[in-house]
Amino acid sequence: MTQALQMRDVRKTYRMGDEEVVALDHATLTVEADEMVALVGPSGSGKTTLCSIAGALLQPTGGQVEVAGEDITRFDAKALARFRRETVGFVFQSVNLIPFLTARENLVVVDELGRRSGRDARRRSDQLLEELGLSDRADNLPSQLSGGQRQRVAVGRALMNEPKLVLFDEPTSALDTKLGEQVMELIRSEMKRRGTAAVIVTHDDRITRFTDRTARITDGVLEA
Amino acid sequence: MRLALRELRRRPGRFVTAAAILTLIASLLMLLGGLLDGLIYGSTSAVLAQRGDVIVYSSGSEQSFLRSRIDPELREVIEEVPGVAGTSGLGVAQLGARVPGAAERDLADVALFGYERAPDGVPDPPEDGSAEGYADESLRNDGVEEGTTLELGPFRTPVRVVGFVEDLEYSGQATLWVDPVTWRDALNENRPGSGLGDGTFQALVVEVEAGTDPEQLAEDLDRATGRATDSLTIDAAAEAIPGVEQQRSVFNQIIGVTILIAVVVVALFFALLTVERTQMYGVLKAVGATSGTLFGGVVVQAVVVTAVAALVGSAIALALDLAIPAGAIPYSLSAARVLSSVAFLLVAAVVGCAFSLRRVLKIDPASAIGS
Repeated sequence: MTQALQMRDVRKTYRMGDEEVVALDHATLTVEADEMVALVGPSGSGKTTLCSIAGALLQPTGGQVEVAGEDITRFDAKALARFRRETVGFVFQSVNLIPFLTARENLVVVDELGRRSGRDARRRSDQLLEELGLSDRADNLPSQLSGGQRQRVAVGRALMNEPKLVLFDEPTSALDTKLGEQVMELIRSEMKRRGTAAVIVTHDDRITRFTDRTARITDGVLEA
Repeated sequence: MRLALRELRRRPGRFVTAAAILTLIASLLMLLGGLLDGLIYGSTSAVLAQRGDVIVYSSGSEQSFLRSRIDPELREVIEEVPGVAGTSGLGVAQLGARVPGAAERDLADVALFGYERAPDGVPDPPEDGSAEGYADESLRNDGVEEGTTLELGPFRTPVRVVGFVEDLEYSGQATLWVDPVTWRDALNENRPGSGLGDGTFQALVVEVEAGTDPEQLAEDLDRATGRATDSLTIDAAAEAIPGVEQQRSVFNQIIGVTILIAVVVVALFFALLTVERTQMYGVLKAVGATSGTLFGGVVVQAVVVTAVAALVGSAIALALDLAIPAGAIPYSLSAARVLSSVAFLLVAAVVGCAFSLRRVLKIDPASAIGS
């Protein structure tokens, strides 16, 4: 089976004045097709950079990145956008649903950004909302939903394009411990049921018990 | 694009301010255009209504009726030129008219036209020396009715109004159409020294034979008369009426500035919205939206808001057109003016949006992560 993510010797450096800052130093990471990996590290360790490169948001300075068997290292901005639209899912820290769209529309919007499938997208969004226990909330705006419900809508949005890899950026940071655990249970069961790979960026060690494996990153150096 | 339209529908409040300002700009734009057209029409309609293609003045007249003289000999020369199908004499005298019943000093401004061939909308000239004429409708505001005898100029030349014509003005004055003899007498009496002999007119309206280019004929005519004439096409003659060009240029400058203001309003408003949406655009880019899709949404919103504003602005301008009593101020709103104003505003909307393009391009999809 093709691996969901394969990063080889990936480097990312930034220029800050005359100085070169190394955000990611020769990182090598493989995530199997149905594997869940927690990426743990303190803030400023480079975990966001790694996540951005894995999710086709950022181009590496060096090394090679393959997602779902496709080498995206040299993709330009437009090709990266298409790749994200079709192959990757994201759940962001601050949820970031579109405030004037209902729960269902927040899912369908992913379809509307690319070549539209119309009715299929609507059917899929309804199915996802049902699986996530949000059927009766499909027509509610984000402001009418609780924090946990919003996070579940965000998970639904990430799954709309049937991604090979879903990236979670601190998915529980805005939730209390109990709700956080419920959301992690949900994420785990959804990922495992679909056989979808996931990378979960966190600085919270408690998350690691929901994942198959933990990768730690400190000062841009990854210990897988 | 659907996203942009949905935002317009769900959150119309966000766009109300811009729409209100653009509505005011749209109605101002059409009001200015209507005033310009009204003014120009008031200056030129009597000339534009002439049934002919070329107007011939005498040279040195600077294309002004007042200074121009075409005597019968010169007219014969002109009629001989190949391509001329026919000529008709035309002259004007701008005089104050006393209306019976009005105060002694309360004169109505009248442009008294003597004509041989009826322009569009005017009956054939009354019998020579009849002292009867057709008055422009706007003279009704001065108390003129059918049967009223006007006294023209210091000499108080009488002319009885036997009918009315519509929308025919010259140099901002209402017209009064009389036979050539009545006109010549009124001019000679009231403007001693103008000394127009029998058969002499101020200008000739020349009809061109089919297949002849009026501009070329105008040139041929001047050559045939040995440069004793100065011939212009009807449109050029209308444009040469004193003040027309200046009015047009001043108004067009004001209209240009108004459109520029529309560009600035759209640019500022949508730049502000784009800044507000930085985070949302970051997320949308992260889930696969291109800059083109997002910018397209901004343009769609600007065009829709501007189109709505232009529609309301047109309604205001049209209502104004209906509310203004005829002849009170020179205001004439044409469909062409409304459409061109709407088109200019829509272009302004797209140009205004362009200022947000760089900002949209600059939004980094990676900014959605870690914040």
